[in-house]
Amino acid sequence: MSASPKISRRAFATGLAFFGFGRSASLAQNFAGLGGDASGFASVMPGKSFEFPRDHGPHPDYRVEWWYLTANLRDSTGNALGVQWTLFRQAIQPGPQREGWANQHVWMGHAAVTRADTHRYGETFARGGVGQSGVDAHPFHAWIDSWQMRGLDRMSAMNVAPLEVNASHEEFSYALRLEADKALVLQGEAGYSVKSERGQASYYYSQPHFTAAGIVTIDGRSANVTGQAWMDREWSSQPLAPDQTGWDWFSLHLETGEKLMLYRLRRTRGEPYLTGNWIGSDGQSVALSPKTAEMIPTATTDVAGRRLPTGWRIIIQDRGMTIDTVPLNPESWMGTRVSYWEGPVSFTGTHRGVGYLEMTGY
Amino acid sequence: MKQGYWILAVLLSHWRRHPLQLMTLMVGLISATALWSGVEALNQQARASYDRAAAVFGGSRTAMLVGQRSSSFSQQLFVDLRRAGWRVSPVVEGRVRVQGRPLRLLGIEPVTFPAQAGSIPAVGAPDLKSFITPPGEALVAPETLTALAGTEGAALRTDDGESLPPLKVHARLAPDVVVVDIGLAQSILHLQGRLSRLLVGNTRSRLPPLETVAGDMLRYVEADAGTDLEHLTDSFHLNLSAFGLLSFLVGLFIVYSAIGLAFEQRMPMFRTLRACGVSSRQLNGVLLIELLVLAIAGGLIGLACGYLIAAGLLPDVAASLQGLYGAQVSGALALRPEWWGAGLAMSAIGTLAASATSLLKVIRLPVLAAAQPYAWRQSQRRWLGWQGVTAAAMLLAAIIVLTLGDSLISGFAVLALLLLGAALALPVLLALVLRIGERSSRRPLVVWFWADSRQQLPALSLALMALLLALAVNVGVGTMVESFSKTFTAWLDGRLAADVYVNAMSEAEARDIEASLRARQEVTAILPSGRAEIEIGGRPVEILGLADHATYRDRWPLLESRPNAWGDLKSGEAAFVSEQLARRLKRRPGDRLDVGTPTGDWSLRIAAIYADYGNPKGQIAVNIDAFTTRFPDLPRTRLGLRVSPGKIAPLIDDMRKAFHLDESRLSNQSTLKMESKVIFNRTFAVTAALNTFTLGVAGVALLTSLLTLSHSRLPQLAPLWALGVTRRQLAGIEFLKTIFIAFITAMLALPLGLLVAWCLIAVVNVRAFGWRLPFHVFPLHLAELVVVAMLASLLAMLIPLLRLMRMPPAALIRIFSNER
Repeated sequence: MSASPKISRRAFATGLAFFGFGRSASLAQNFAGLGGDASGFASVMPGKSFEFPRDHGPHPDYRVEWWYLTANLRDSTGNALGVQWTLFRQAIQPGPQREGWANQHVWMGHAAVTRADTHRYGETFARGGVGQSGVDAHPFHAWIDSWQMRGLDRMSAMNVAPLEVNASHEEFSYALRLEADKALVLQGEAGYSVKSERGQASYYYSQPHFTAAGIVTIDGRSANVTGQAWMDREWSSQPLAPDQTGWDWFSLHLETGEKLMLYRLRRTRGEPYLTGNWIGSDGQSVALSPKTAEMIPTATTDVAGRRLPTGWRIIIQDRGMTIDTVPLNPESWMGTRVSYWEGPVSFTGTHRGVGYLEMTGY
Repeated sequence: MKQGYWILAVLLSHWRRHPLQLMTLMVGLISATALWSGVEALNQQARASYDRAAAVFGGSRTAMLVGQRSSSFSQQLFVDLRRAGWRVSPVVEGRVRVQGRPLRLLGIEPVTFPAQAGSIPAVGAPDLKSFITPPGEALVAPETLTALAGTEGAALRTDDGESLPPLKVHARLAPDVVVVDIGLAQSILHLQGRLSRLLVGNTRSRLPPLETVAGDMLRYVEADAGTDLEHLTDSFHLNLSAFGLLSFLVGLFIVYSAIGLAFEQRMPMFRTLRACGVSSRQLNGVLLIELLVLAIAGGLIGLACGYLIAAGLLPDVAASLQGLYGAQVSGALALRPEWWGAGLAMSAIGTLAASATSLLKVIRLPVLAAAQPYAWRQSQRRWLGWQGVTAAAMLLAAIIVLTLGDSLISGFAVLALLLLGAALALPVLLALVLRIGERSSRRPLVVWFWADSRQQLPALSLALMALLLALAVNVGVGTMVESFSKTFTAWLDGRLAADVYVNAMSEAEARDIEASLRARQEVTAILPSGRAEIEIGGRPVEILGLADHATYRDRWPLLESRPNAWGDLKSGEAAFVSEQLARRLKRRPGDRLDVGTPTGDWSLRIAAIYADYGNPKGQIAVNIDAFTTRFPDLPRTRLGLRVSPGKIAPLIDDMRKAFHLDESRLSNQSTLKMESKVIFNRTFAVTAALNTFTLGVAGVALLTSLLTLSHSRLPQLAPLWALGVTRRQLAGIEFLKTIFIAFITAMLALPLGLLVAWCLIAVVNVRAFGWRLPFHVFPLHLAELVVVAMLASLLAMLIPLLRLMRMPPAALIRIFSNER
């Protein structure tokens, strides 16, 4: 139960964290209270047919939802850096959306930039219904305060591109332009992503094929950057089982152009629930068989009073893959109200490349 | 266990035989605990109230955006500002009546509420949900709930028929405030889509200028432009705390002397107990238990008395704080468990400290040594020498700390060393005076008078030290308070020089007002002024623009200035600097000061330093025209008016009607000044009450010492009586002696008190607040104190003297024959 205050987007998904507004005791109560009860909200069922651009917009009948972007970039001198942009939506009561301040949705934005020696992050919150934050499906526009992700003219609904995304906080700011020549990818089984043997699930699609270019400013120093980016879209009403304590989640760009999404859900007792998708260079997404994949922690880092596994060995037998990941900055801790570790990684072994690692519930 | 019980019974039998001694000890304990805990209760109450006030205002500590033209503005401005990167949080505010009771209704938005703005938004996850989802909650202070005769969960209606969400108690709210979610407040106040102000969170980000987002709709109000309660009231609480601690120390003196006497008198008893086989450890253990029982009993009664004192003083304290600083202090005294704990702990620790030397003596007591009661007094001569050396060392240390240290703590250390050193030096000085008296006398009875006074001195010295300390601190604090009062009045006259102050909504309105005022004969001067916030040395500083006018030239409270200071100021090349800022920057008139302005750096020569009491921020004053050139974007909305005497009230009435200016935008300085003075007098009422209490405690110390002495002194008086001196004569001699000693003590207390006052004014205040009051001596006040001290001594002497006068000759004969 001690893990409950340190949860992030996946745990946020249960609605239990409520943006960290509470203290640990109340979170622990919420864990038992809200985690098991999603009544009044829509359920995630297999066999949904996705429709774009409509599904780029919010799904207020579901309790939680997010627009999540990570980018692995390099500046003109070749130094690696990472950028994160996230918008979360949570409904605190079911039912039709109410007008104005009575609206029952609360929005949370997270943004971060990471270099080998620096990690800067910011967060912001908003109530729905008044315009401070929200998402329009068409023309695509997701925003909270001055942070936004916006579809440019002639945006392709299937490619979710071109997009521009920006955020600024006290010590950093960034503005990126994203392009993609391949269509988005449905994760899990045709976008139905199972989170536990007991059937908790979410709707989940990604655009892992973005190329990115723009400017990142950290502590007053600006750099032109280029690289690749990955967007995740997920919504659900209760995607976590009550005994699941946190996640270790990877999104990896292989040098071959293939992509790997892989995560394991830890639980209080028993083996973690491991799952993922292999996305071929042709854009075809195939769910991995959990029995053939392994995630083994190889190195730990003490950060923010916690011990986190920041080095991993990933083995996927079907694909002949054995890789070791290292973090760009092992101290990529998001000390936000809902806190977690999120930062860029690189890997070597049978395959090479870069990606993002997120670890929650530590 | 059983043995311990019997030892305790034997020890306690002493108190049964000496009830007066027990009473003395208890009086010491009770007065020490009572005054200290009373003052502590007042301070706690006030601080808790500030926290609650800060939680509601969320404005004094937080910068704000308010409507430029009207009291409310469109909610869309909030969204626009957020979308432009401004970290603002909306507030809507209004007045409602519930059951005829006027309440302030605040609508807040907890999700964006800035953390530094107060405690309301720290609603936990379950609380947040119930606060923002229907039916919502109406947060009120416990007092408000009681006043509305409501229970938690009750949904009340305003007298206009609007329904409030269910009540919920929020302990840290100020009284008569109702906090609800912003949307509910908008509908209750019929302000749908409107906001009253925006709280601006702290941020280091670069923001787009306000005008580019909100046009001229909003005006930026710096954090803390009004008051910072805690800073402002610090001096007030410091004053109270000093009195509390002093009373505690004086009380401990009584405890010390009572316990010392009781231990000495029980020495034979201890020896007998040890000889009967009681181990040293057992004896000491039981003695310790006895002391703790007494301490806790005395402490509990003391706390009860402390509560009564606090409750009695609270109305005055609350009124002073309210009036002086606008600080709302709740009228119902709420006592926290910490207060009880701290009071009892202080009592126990104080008792143990006061009895440490006596206990040590018992621990070292050799079983077979003849117990020598009153031995402590015989060895006092040696002690006197040591005490003199210690006193000299302490006074020397005070001088060293004064010259080397520059922190507030070292300031207090100087004060403590000075007081303790002086107290220790007192018996030495008195002995010296008495010896001189003895040398210069011839007649036997007079020589005996001096010699006997000296002999009596050691036993009285503790009580006299207590008297000295109480008097000195009374003189010191009294002088500081009177100096402050005198200075404050003059300073208020200087700073509030104009008769009427106007703050217009906008520049256009200010010009309209100006135009209409020019037509009026009774307005003798219109003085525009400006105010902006800048940074010097990384800390916020206010900059004032002053018109060049006799109003300011004659009255502005300059402390130090160069020749032609006002002329230099008019040129725009010079600035006046507030005392706090000058001290902080270590600048003097003639030095240069660089100020960053929107139009570039401004290099100013410091022409003068002026008093700005109570302002925690630094401040500089410049000429208004130069100010406007350097800060061209600031709207010129502030006007000061000089008005012919007697015409002020009608003018204000007219302006209020013509321009719809409320009290916050139009104020009459004479009313304000009068209110301030009334309130100041109430503040001093509190100080005077505490002063009397401390002096009272010192009087009790003197009385108890004299009472315990009167018994033991009979063997010395009996021979005189046998030689033919009548009882009446003896009583007369005793009277003269005590009065004489008390008088010398009082006379010594006066210079010491002035020294204490100087320390408070020139060291402690300067280090605590950055400003120094002019030092005034108030001879009448000093004379009054001497008289009071004499009266206290007289009163203390009364019982022992009467007893002596009425003592049957047979008793004196018995004592004479027994003791010789």
